[in-house]
Amino acid sequence: MATLAIEQRKKIHPHKFTLWVGIGSLLMMFAGLTSAYIVKRNQANWLTFDLPSFFWYSTVAIICGSFTIFLAERAYKKQEIKKYRSFILVTFILGVLFIVFQLLGFQQLWSKQVKLTGNVSYSFLYVIVSMHLAHVVGGLLALLILFAKTLGTKIKIYNPVPVELVSTYWHFVDVLWIYLLIFLIMIR
Amino acid sequence: MSSAATLQHADVNDAHHEHHHHETFISKYVFSQDHKMIAKQFLVTGIIWAIIGGLFSVIFRFQLGYPDSTFPWLEDLLGHWAAGGKLKPEFYYALVTMHGTILVFFVLTAGLSGTFANFLIPLQVGARDMASPMLNMLSYWFFFLSSIIMFSSLFVQTGPASGGWTIYPPLSALGDASSGAKIGMDLWLVSMAMFIVSALLGGLNYITTILNMRTKGMSMTRLPLTIWSLFFTAVLGVLSFPVLLSGAILLLFDRNLGTSFFLSDIVIAGKILPNEGGSAILFQHLFWFLGHPEVYIILLPAMGMSSEIISVNSRKPIFGYMAMVGSVFAISILAFLVWAHHMFVTGLNPFLGSAFVLLTLLIAIPSAIKVFNWLTTLWRANIRFTPGMLFAIGFVSLFISGGLTGIFLGNSALDLHLHDTYFVVAHFHIVMGVASFFGMFAGVYHWFPKMFGRYLNNTLAFIHFWITIIGAYLIFWPMHYEGLAGMPRRYYDYSGWTSFNMFNGLNEFISLVAMIVFAAQLLFVFNFFYSMFRGRKVTETNPWGSNTLEWTTPIKPGHGNWPGEIPEVFRGPYDYAKDGKEFIPQNVPVGDDESKGH
Repeated sequence: MATLAIEQRKKIHPHKFTLWVGIGSLLMMFAGLTSAYIVKRNQANWLTFDLPSFFWYSTVAIICGSFTIFLAERAYKKQEIKKYRSFILVTFILGVLFIVFQLLGFQQLWSKQVKLTGNVSYSFLYVIVSMHLAHVVGGLLALLILFAKTLGTKIKIYNPVPVELVSTYWHFVDVLWIYLLIFLIMIR
Repeated sequence: MSSAATLQHADVNDAHHEHHHHETFISKYVFSQDHKMIAKQFLVTGIIWAIIGGLFSVIFRFQLGYPDSTFPWLEDLLGHWAAGGKLKPEFYYALVTMHGTILVFFVLTAGLSGTFANFLIPLQVGARDMASPMLNMLSYWFFFLSSIIMFSSLFVQTGPASGGWTIYPPLSALGDASSGAKIGMDLWLVSMAMFIVSALLGGLNYITTILNMRTKGMSMTRLPLTIWSLFFTAVLGVLSFPVLLSGAILLLFDRNLGTSFFLSDIVIAGKILPNEGGSAILFQHLFWFLGHPEVYIILLPAMGMSSEIISVNSRKPIFGYMAMVGSVFAISILAFLVWAHHMFVTGLNPFLGSAFVLLTLLIAIPSAIKVFNWLTTLWRANIRFTPGMLFAIGFVSLFISGGLTGIFLGNSALDLHLHDTYFVVAHFHIVMGVASFFGMFAGVYHWFPKMFGRYLNNTLAFIHFWITIIGAYLIFWPMHYEGLAGMPRRYYDYSGWTSFNMFNGLNEFISLVAMIVFAAQLLFVFNFFYSMFRGRKVTETNPWGSNTLEWTTPIKPGHGNWPGEIPEVFRGPYDYAKDGKEFIPQNVPVGDDESKGH
């Protein structure tokens, strides 16, 4: 039985596995978008752009969010529910901040005449960044559900899977953003 | 996979142990989370779509077969789209577009994979249900929603989408391009977005269930070939559909928000559009990156089911199990590397084209291995010609016939002549359309007793088979000659070209056969629904004498599949004609004196 228990811990939960395959699938979508970007960039009529400073602030927010959700996950596993609730809330707020900074970034771009329909390079910038933003919104909803669950009745069984799922997803949108940021800086 | 690791699979399964919960009509038949019921939902929805899509082809065949005649009943059926009993060109294009969309996505992707991946994966790997029954249910309902949106697009005033199932811009990107590029096109895109979500949710579940939920002893090399095929199908879907989604998103932006990803220098109705800098070819790259794997998403399940059914009814092990797995793997890899062979005439760099020619022709190798193995499995076998077996053999025949013409088209030099002619129509209908339909029919006839606890009527099934196989060849074989003579596809009326007048009689003949074959499909539909309620009852758990685990369940398995423990697996699925025994199911332990063969 002891061996079985150890084996079970090593075994990835089906839902977590599903999430990883799903992440692979989402990556393919962004691979499609960024490949199209590269192909188009090598053709005529491509204008370069500078990324707005607010995108850097949003990067700080999402990286901090990754750190706080890691702390939340750790607190949950230690069954420190108050700490867990606070960290989830902080992660949520950081996520909202990320979105606000991104929107301010869009505003900055707009004021510099980098508009959605201006040039195909601008269009790509808006589409790629907003597609990522949509995925962050999805993560925020998941965080909201986790937070709401802590407000109800006292948790009797500490099932780590939902928290781990949201945490993995949140790290994913974080890493994805960093990749996109580097991509947009390097290939303009 | 180690034995220790497989031990936990059984344990993960036991989390779902015994689903004897109370079920209402709604929870059992509508919002069911039982993979078997979801499979039936996919199947019935697929059949309804197949009737609609098939009917569309019959209607446009009337136009192609009898371009100078009028049919008053068409006006009764289609209203102003067939004023005076003559189909309007705009609606002809809408019918062709919707026929392609419905058959490729709604029938041969959702109807085929959705049905058999859902039905067979848990039953054949030894799991009580999918990894996530909830996501599985959502997968069906996203498909349903997508179906409703697509169906409603048939009734909008400007007509459904009409830019072809490949929705190439600029036709699809500009609302003013044609009547079918207006709201019908928007609905098409929204419907397909829902469809992609459905396909992804399903695919994630299939992959996870196969890799994570196998019963004790079910190592990967003991999986039936159906499961291997469904696994690679799911991988292809999960990796390629998101790329189509990215293309569709960019198209939506071009249509509605004034961007120019795919548009440049366009004059429409004398007006110069402001769009600059886009590339329509870019869309074709994004589309075909999905589009080609999609061919295999349609074909692989049919291959897997035919392999299984041929082995069971030959009473012989499948020839070259590992070669079969390897060839499906090779086909799946190559499926991602050949998309530009659809684009030889787009001005593609000839050197790049050569690379795609080479990669395309490489597909012939794993395909030939599979054909060789099917034929050697049949060779000197005690074949039982059940309806399922006939359709599986029919699949092999069609795969050979249609596959060989793929070698013609894969050559860029020949493709320059044959591109967009009826040769292409003949090729993909035989190898992808009809062949996959045969795989699907084989699957339905073979697993119907497990699905409904009743048999389909054999006499009707045999009539269905012979009319369909002969009819399919009579419809599509002549199209090769039309294509070689340069007759282009997608035209509404060929009577204006003297060069194609010699095909008037042939076109009429093809249309006539198409109507007969469509009528024969109604025979199947009748047989299906009649037998579901009135068919001969199944009285034994394993009527075909098959080795796979689905036949170890009760005749009508409940939610959870096995009433007791999930059976343990001790051997591969193809121990037929071994040690003097006709068949040895996978759950029978290996005897001490058993030979190591197979």
